[in-house]
Amino acid sequence: MHEMALAEGVLQLIEDAARQQNFARVSTVWLEIGQLAGVEVEAMKFCFDAVTRDSIADGARLEIIATPGSGWCMECSATVALAEVYGACPQCGRHQVQVTHGTEMRVKELEVA
Amino acid sequence: MCTTCGCGSGEVKIEGHEHHHDHDHGDGHEHTHADGTKHAHAHSHSHAYTPARSHAPGVSATRMVQIEQDILSKNNAYAAQNRKNLAARGIFTLNLVSSPGSGKTTLLCKTIELIKGRQRVAVIEGDQQTSQDAERIRATGAPAIQINTGKGCHLDAHMVGHAMEKLELPENSLLMVENVGNLVCPAAFDLGEAHKVVILSVTEGEDKPIKYPDMFRAARLMLLNKCDLLPYLDFSVPKAIEFARQVNPEIVVIEVSAKSGAGMTAWLDWIAQEQEQARQA
Repeated sequence: MHEMALAEGVLQLIEDAARQQNFARVSTVWLEIGQLAGVEVEAMKFCFDAVTRDSIADGARLEIIATPGSGWCMECSATVALAEVYGACPQCGRHQVQVTHGTEMRVKELEVA
Repeated sequence: MCTTCGCGSGEVKIEGHEHHHDHDHGDGHEHTHADGTKHAHAHSHSHAYTPARSHAPGVSATRMVQIEQDILSKNNAYAAQNRKNLAARGIFTLNLVSSPGSGKTTLLCKTIELIKGRQRVAVIEGDQQTSQDAERIRATGAPAIQINTGKGCHLDAHMVGHAMEKLELPENSLLMVENVGNLVCPAAFDLGEAHKVVILSVTEGEDKPIKYPDMFRAARLMLLNKCDLLPYLDFSVPKAIEFARQVNPEIVVIEVSAKSGAGMTAWLDWIAQEQEQARQA
């Protein structure tokens, strides 16, 4: 969706952390992106490279940890796998599924110097 | 983008808000605006910090830093601050979202005309470029400020916070934020509003709610606009409502026509009712 704004958000979090924890270079960034978060990984990588140019994360490697989507189906009273945010339950075919995992968008960890 | 608060970011322009600022890179900072006013931002950070662990102790100088923060956490912190400022002054805020061309600005102008005798209304207008929409609003007599997002596809809470300062909102008023016409990105960015209101015009497809589910999920109310055109179109109102409820079973739907005025009373009643609930909360 709005990968450019997300990449800017990532850089802001990195720069905040750099000030508080005294590091000057970032070599790797780990993001946790849920499969239901609507983030295109390739677009995210492209935007990250563009946004971090001439910053402390210039040239940093972006590692994306994809977390699978799941939800709670009220009909089946069970946790089911979800491929789409508002998708149908794979067991009963109904749409009464509440997303429980897979919408995360987090900066998890950095490798810094 | 300014690394402390995102100020002066890229091509974002807020009318009357041209500033140069000094930063102290602590937990908060202060801007000085071109007009000499200063304001400070308090930033809250929650950094979970795990002591450095090195991949190869003694060999590499690199270390690992745990961040564990939501990418949108900065925006959400600004939104929380906006919400607090608005609540403290009794200002009820709606964030109007839709595709381009759904008739948001016309609907807003009509709403202001009908409501302004009873209540003070101010508007924040978001568009990529031009201040045409803010000028249309100001022609109704309501104060309005334009934010141009430049390359950005949505308003964020930081831009809106600055726009709120410029507008000098009266207490107990109504603030309408007209977001950039886009059915995708604005869904993810909380601005500090009480509710998102999604506008779907009947000249669009009735299946938009299932094509762009995030937005219809995020909205409390769906306004079906341009209903005066229904006799000339194949648009099925029941189907549109069914699709909207498929992604958001709780969504309220009101059929309106900004042009003929049909349904406007129901829309104003909804605003009054939600405003009253917010006041009691």
